[in-house]
Amino acid sequence: MTLDRTAPARPAGPALDAPAAPRRVTPAQWASQSLTMAWRSLVQIKHNPSELLDLSIQPIMFVLLFTFVFGGAIYGSADAYLQFALGGLIAQNALFLTIYTATGLATDLQKGTFDRFRSLPIARSAPLSGRIMGDVVRQLWSLVVLLVVGVVLGFRITTSPVAVLAAFGLLVAFTLAFSWTSVLLGVLARDPEKVQIYGFTVLFPLTFASNAFAPTETMPGWLQAWVAINPVTRMADALRGLLVGGPVAANAVATLLWGVAFAAVFGPLAVWALRTRV
Amino acid sequence: MVSTRTDGHGRDSEISMTTVGPPCHRGGVPPAIEAEGLVKRFGATTALAGASLSAVEGTVLGVLGPNGAGKTTATRVLATLLAPDEGRALVGGYDVVAEPHRVRSLIGLTGQYAGVDEALTGTENLVLIARLLGQSRAASRRRAAELLDQFGLTEAAGRAARTYSGGMRRRLDLAASLVGRPRILFLDEPTTGLDPASRNELWDMVRSLVGDGVTVLLTTQYLDEADQLADDIVVIDRGTVVATGTPDDLKARAGAAVLQMRPAQPEQLAVVERVASELAGATPTVENGSVAVPAPDESLMPAVVRRLDDVGVRLAELTLRRATLDEVFLALTGHRAVEPTDDQTDLRETA
Repeated sequence: MTLDRTAPARPAGPALDAPAAPRRVTPAQWASQSLTMAWRSLVQIKHNPSELLDLSIQPIMFVLLFTFVFGGAIYGSADAYLQFALGGLIAQNALFLTIYTATGLATDLQKGTFDRFRSLPIARSAPLSGRIMGDVVRQLWSLVVLLVVGVVLGFRITTSPVAVLAAFGLLVAFTLAFSWTSVLLGVLARDPEKVQIYGFTVLFPLTFASNAFAPTETMPGWLQAWVAINPVTRMADALRGLLVGGPVAANAVATLLWGVAFAAVFGPLAVWALRTRV
Repeated sequence: MVSTRTDGHGRDSEISMTTVGPPCHRGGVPPAIEAEGLVKRFGATTALAGASLSAVEGTVLGVLGPNGAGKTTATRVLATLLAPDEGRALVGGYDVVAEPHRVRSLIGLTGQYAGVDEALTGTENLVLIARLLGQSRAASRRRAAELLDQFGLTEAAGRAARTYSGGMRRRLDLAASLVGRPRILFLDEPTTGLDPASRNELWDMVRSLVGDGVTVLLTTQYLDEADQLADDIVVIDRGTVVATGTPDDLKARAGAAVLQMRPAQPEQLAVVERVASELAGATPTVENGSVAVPAPDESLMPAVVRRLDDVGVRLAELTLRRATLDEVFLALTGHRAVEPTDDQTDLRETA
């Protein structure tokens, strides 16, 4: 096993003889590098198909459990509950999935893969943007699974295909912005297992202390105050409006404003953490 | 087994604190790597305290030092992963702080921890890098196949890297750092944790790359590794460079030769020690049943042999050798490079 000497590396000689390399990447290169990174994030599913099961089984389990275990108690019948709860389940699942961004990033940081990427002449943001693109694909897959399972169980979409697409769009827009919290978590935790612990410590209360699974009116007053403004509540309501009818605009705007707020606070923090901790 | 010193004797044995050393401007070619006064602090810890080094194009610069000496920090600064707090570094003629993107287009980096994606196959890992570097799909596949072949990984090409052995992973990592045919390669402790066979393979690869004109900066805490591979060595300790030179220079500067004697009968060790001490006028060290003493000139060996013969001591082994880098390190820094462990002993024996 020796290296092929007939194919020399770059010819030896002073660097300045070679044409100067560009100082930075072009937007087209950025896009291509991000897509390559997204490919990388998704192609691993091929070797670890159980990830696809993770992406499917957990949402399916939540739908089945909530609909048939709690549905009757909360809403009188499983059927009526599903019409109410699916929007909430979709919102919750989307937030849970952002953990993938954090675990992936923490793994790259821990294993030295991130250093390799940073030593390449590529856009600084490509490893991050590519990972997030890959995670958007995971989001969409999971969303489709949830909708199909819901419809099989009797969920009726009463709006238009355009409204359904708008629901997809809102979900992706919010999770993209929310992903900055996940990026920060991934950088600070540096260990995929810790990411899971910290992540769900935040995500469980955030998603359950909302109207995703139970109507706000049934909760104590102090909790109602929080539930009313919780981004999960606003997104769940917006998704309900887009899938089964009801008010959309105010909830969608509130969801997007929450997204902007998350990005504005956690974006700079995440970038700062990446710059200083790496 | 008797060997004698041939050269390098009689130089000033005092070690000077070096700034950028003279070996860098050989033949008027600007150095491939040149760093001056690098300082890097992490909170209260100073990882680099004004380190300077320089690597000649097409050679191996060994950066030698114990754990925590600042080797990895220096590598990360030179590979544009960390900005120095003070000082300046040029890699391939480009400033690592002002023009990091240009530096990155010239370098390859293999870290202490293999930076491969364990969820991807060997092929995918290499295709990923090639695609990121802007190569077409077909060219990327070709380059990946070529490298996998060169590194003996063709059979494992379609398997996820997580199933690879430590040595295979390290080879894949090195292959990944070569995808873009870098002119300057940073190898940060590339053989730490490898078995002797894998380590020898890696050494051959490094030699072969240098034969192709690549400049290599290699950090190591193994003295024999620096001795084997490096054209020039900088010895780094607590964030500063304590010496620079060729392996031979360093050995000569740290005190010339050592006479080593092993009596045929172990109980005569004390006699040998006394004779050596008397004739050399220095305190011998006794280790593993043999006595080593600094030999200031060539007359010591025959004198010792005669005297031992007179007192009836037979020697199983007599060696006049140049000081090892370990002894050099001890002389330069006042402490040993690595406290001897079983692992370390094994490595030296198989070297």
